[in-house]
Amino acid sequence: MNGDIAWLLISAALVLFMTPGLAFFYGGLVKRKNVISTMMASVFIMGMASILWVLFGYSLSFSGDVGGIIGNFQWLGLNNFGAEPGPWLPNVPNLVFAIFQMMFAIITPAVICGAVVERMRFTALAVFVTVWSIVVYYPLAHMVWGGGLISQLGAVDFAGGYVVEINSGVSALVAAIVVGTRKHHGKITYHPHNIPYVFLGAAILWFGWFGFNAGSAGGANLLAAHAFMTTNTSCAAALLTWMFIEKAHNNRPTLVGASTGIVIGLVAITPGAGFVPIWASIIIGACASGICYLFITMVKPKLRHDDSLDVFICHGLSGIWGCIATGIFALTSINGVAKWNGLAFGETSLFIRQIAAVGITIVISVAGTLVALGAAKLVTGKLRVPVSTEDIGLDIAEHGENAYPSYLGLD
Amino acid sequence: MNADIVWILMSSALVLIMTPGLAFFYGGLVKRKNIINTMMACVFIMGMASILWVLVGYSLSFSGDIGGVIGNLKWFGLNGVGAAIGPWLPTVPNLAFAIFQMMFAIITPALITGAVVERMRFSSLAIFVTVWSVVVYYPLAHMVWGGGFLAQIGAVDFAGGTVVHISSGVSALVVALVIGKRKHHGKISYHPHNIPFVFLGAALLWFGWFGFNAGSAGAANALAVHAFMTTNTACAAALLSWMLIEKIHSGKPTLVGASTGMVIGLVAITPGAGFVPIWASIIIGALVSPICYFFITVIKPKLGYDDSLDAFGCHGIGGIWGSIATGIFALTSINSVAKWNGLAFGETALFVRQLAAVGVTIVVSVAGTFIALAVAKLFTRKLRVPISSEDIGLDIAEHGESAYPSYLGFD
Amino acid sequence: MKKVEIIIRPEKLESLKEALNLIHIKGITISPVMGCGNQLGWKESVRGSDTVLTVLPKIMMIMIIEDDKLEETIKLIVKEAQTGEVGDGKIFISEITECIRIRTGERGEGAI
Repeated sequence: MNGDIAWLLISAALVLFMTPGLAFFYGGLVKRKNVISTMMASVFIMGMASILWVLFGYSLSFSGDVGGIIGNFQWLGLNNFGAEPGPWLPNVPNLVFAIFQMMFAIITPAVICGAVVERMRFTALAVFVTVWSIVVYYPLAHMVWGGGLISQLGAVDFAGGYVVEINSGVSALVAAIVVGTRKHHGKITYHPHNIPYVFLGAAILWFGWFGFNAGSAGGANLLAAHAFMTTNTSCAAALLTWMFIEKAHNNRPTLVGASTGIVIGLVAITPGAGFVPIWASIIIGACASGICYLFITMVKPKLRHDDSLDVFICHGLSGIWGCIATGIFALTSINGVAKWNGLAFGETSLFIRQIAAVGITIVISVAGTLVALGAAKLVTGKLRVPVSTEDIGLDIAEHGENAYPSYLGLD
Repeated sequence: MNADIVWILMSSALVLIMTPGLAFFYGGLVKRKNIINTMMACVFIMGMASILWVLVGYSLSFSGDIGGVIGNLKWFGLNGVGAAIGPWLPTVPNLAFAIFQMMFAIITPALITGAVVERMRFSSLAIFVTVWSVVVYYPLAHMVWGGGFLAQIGAVDFAGGTVVHISSGVSALVVALVIGKRKHHGKISYHPHNIPFVFLGAALLWFGWFGFNAGSAGAANALAVHAFMTTNTACAAALLSWMLIEKIHSGKPTLVGASTGMVIGLVAITPGAGFVPIWASIIIGALVSPICYFFITVIKPKLGYDDSLDAFGCHGIGGIWGSIATGIFALTSINSVAKWNGLAFGETALFVRQLAAVGVTIVVSVAGTFIALAVAKLFTRKLRVPISSEDIGLDIAEHGESAYPSYLGFD
Repeated sequence: MKKVEIIIRPEKLESLKEALNLIHIKGITISPVMGCGNQLGWKESVRGSDTVLTVLPKIMMIMIIEDDKLEETIKLIVKEAQTGEVGDGKIFISEITECIRIRTGERGEGAI
C-alpha cells in the first residue's frame, strides 16, 4: 500500500511538471513577441485548475452520480477524507486519487490554449478555461472515469484519450474557429522563435507522461510497468516515423518535427497504454505520425481556420486514432477492465463502443466549448485583442513584459 | 519499508533538482552579463554542500546533542551511518535520511546568493557559503530537527520554514546590507534578461517542492499525501493572488510576478504543510502574495538596501508568515508532532512558540552571517568585485565566459 | 542614387516590406536596433516595482534607390509606418556615389 502511495505521488508530480513542459513546447513555437502570453496561459491554469479542483472539481467529477453526467457536491473542499483506502483505487487513500486526478484537470485546458495563442485576450482566455473546466472537463471525467455514461457503455480509456486528448483537441478546434484567424494568417509563415525550447518542452512532456500513463495503473504493479513500456515504445515509434516521413518528403528531418512526433506518439498511446500489447504500441505510434502528417500537409491548408499550434491535429486527431486503436488492439488478458478483445482479435463489441465514445466526447466538447466561449464573451466583451496589439505582440500589450529584453546585446 | 525508501530517495532527487531550478530562476532575473556568475554560485554550492554534508554536516546536525545547539562528530564521514533502520525515521535506514537532509543543506545557502548577485566576488561567496553552512545551517538544523532546543520547546517546522527559508532570507538581508548596493542601484532599472528562464526555474521549484514537503513526512503515508495537497494548493492560491494584485495595480499580470507568486506560495506552506488543514493552505497561499508584494514594492524601496533578487522579500518574509501561520492553523489531529492546536482553534501555546522560534532563527542567522562574512573577508580581503568588473559583467570578469556568445547571430 | 535609412516601429516591418516590394524595392538591409528619442520609454513592472525602459527596440532598414523613385518611396514609408503617436521613427536620405555588384563587378544604378 505504501508503495502504491509513493508511486502515485511521484506520478502526480511528474504530471504536474508536464504543464510547464507544455508552456515551453508552445512558447518555443510562437513568435518572440508572444512567448510570455503563451506561457502565461499555462501558468494561470496551474493556479486556477488546482484551486477549483480542491473546492468542487473533484467532487463534481468523482463523488456520486447525477444522471450519468456529473457528480454531486458531497466532497466539497475535499472535506473529511480519511487515511483508509478507496473508494476509487483499492490500495490508496481517496486524497491520493484526488491529487493524481487534479494534475489531469490542470493540463487539459492548458492544451487548448495552443489553438488561440497570439490573438486571444488574456482575460477572455482566463474566463474561458475556467468555465470550460466546469462545463466540459468535470462532466467528461465523470462520464469516463467517475462511473458515468461512457464507462457504463463499456468503452475504455486508460489515461485520458477521451477526457484529455480528444476533448482538448476538439475544443481547441472550436475555439480557433470562433476566435478567428491571426492577422497575417496564410500570408506569412509562422515560424518557431526558439526551437530548443520546443524540444525542452517535448522532453519534459515525455518525462512526465510516464506519470500520466504508468501512474494511471493506480498502483506500483505489473500493469504500470506495461503502460510504461507501451508509452515509451509508441512515442519512439512516432518520432522515428515522423523523421522518416520528413526525410522521404523533403529530405530534411527537423527538430520541431521530431518533437511533434514525440507528442503525437504519447497522445496516441494514452487511451490504450494499459490495454494493448507492446507490439501494438509500435503500430499505434507509427500510424499516428503518418495520419497527423498527412492531415497537416494535405488537409489543413485547405481549411480556413487558424489552429495556431496544431492542437486539433496533435491531440484531437491523434487521440481519436488512439481511442480507435485501443478498440483494435486491446486484450482482456492484459487488463480485465476491457470486457472484450479488440477488432484485431476478432471481436467487434469494444471497437464499436470506442467509436461511440469518440462521438459522445466530440459532441460534449463542441457544445461545452461554445458555452464557455459565450460566457467569456459575455464577461469580457471581446475575445480578441485589437489588431494593433497583435502587431505589437501580446507580451508587451497584455503583460508589459519582454521575454528577452537584452537579445540585442544591451545589458 | 521498501516503499518508504523509494519515496525518500525519489523525494531527495526532486529536492536536488530544485537547486538547478533556482539557478535558472535567479539566472533569468539578472542582467545578461551576470547569468553565468549567478548560476555558478548554485553549482558550486551543489558540490561544496554535498561533500561537507558527507564529511561533517550530517554528524553535526543529527548525531548526539551538545547543549541543544549542535551535534557531535560521531558520524564523521557518515561513519556508522548505514542500512540499519532509524534512528530518525522509523521505517527507513539512517543513510536514506542523511541523503534526504543533504538536499536541504544544498538549497539553503543557494537561496542566499540571490541577494548578492551582480557584485560579490566569486571566491568570497564560495568561502562565505561554506562557513555559513557550518556556523548557521548545521546548528539550526540540529536545533529544529535534530533534537535541539527549538524542538524541545515544542515549536514545529514541517519541511524547513525556519531552517531553510527564514534562515536563508534573513542571512540574505544581512549580506546585502554588508556588501552594499550595486553601482547603479536606484538609478537604472534592473531588468530580468530572460523571462522564460525565470519561469523554467519556478516550474522546477514547484516540481521539486513536492519532494521537499511531501518527502518531509518521512514515509509514503497519509501525511505525505496531505502535505502534497497543501503544497500544491498554497502554491496555486499564491500565484493567483499575485496575478490578481498585478491586474488591479497595473492592469497587466506578468510572468515574473506569477513565477514569484509560485515560489512564495511554496515558501509559505513549507513549515505548515503537514500540520494545517487543506482549506487553511488556500488562506496561507492567498495571503502571502499581498504580504510580500507590499513588502517588496512599498517597504523595501524606503529601506534602500539592495537585495537584488528579493531573497529576503520572498524567503524571509514568506517563511516568517508561514511559520506564524502554522501557529495559527495547525491541528494536532493532522499531525501529533504539534502538541497544541493553532490560534484559530483557540490555543495560544503553539503560536507563542512559533514566534519564539522565528526570533531565535533570526538571531542565529544574523550572528552567523556576520561571522561567515568576516571569515570570507579575512581570506579574500575584498567581498566585492571592482567597479570595472561590475561594468563588464561578472561572467567575463570572474569566469571568462559569455552566456550567449552568438545572441547577435554571429556563429 | 540615394541611400534611404529609416527607423520604424518593429510591428510595422511586415507591412512596410510588403508595400516596398510592390514598388519594386527588393533590396533591403534590415536590423533590429535599440534607441532612444522623443518617445522617452515605456513602463514595465517587475515584481510590482515600476521601471521605465528608456532604450526601446526599433527596426532599422537601409535601401539604395534610384533618384526618381525617391519621392514615391518616402510617401509610401510615411503612409505605412505612421501611427501619429510619438515614436514612429525617422527617414534619413543621403547621396551615394557608387554602387557595385560583387558577383559581376557591374557599376551604377543597374547594380542596385
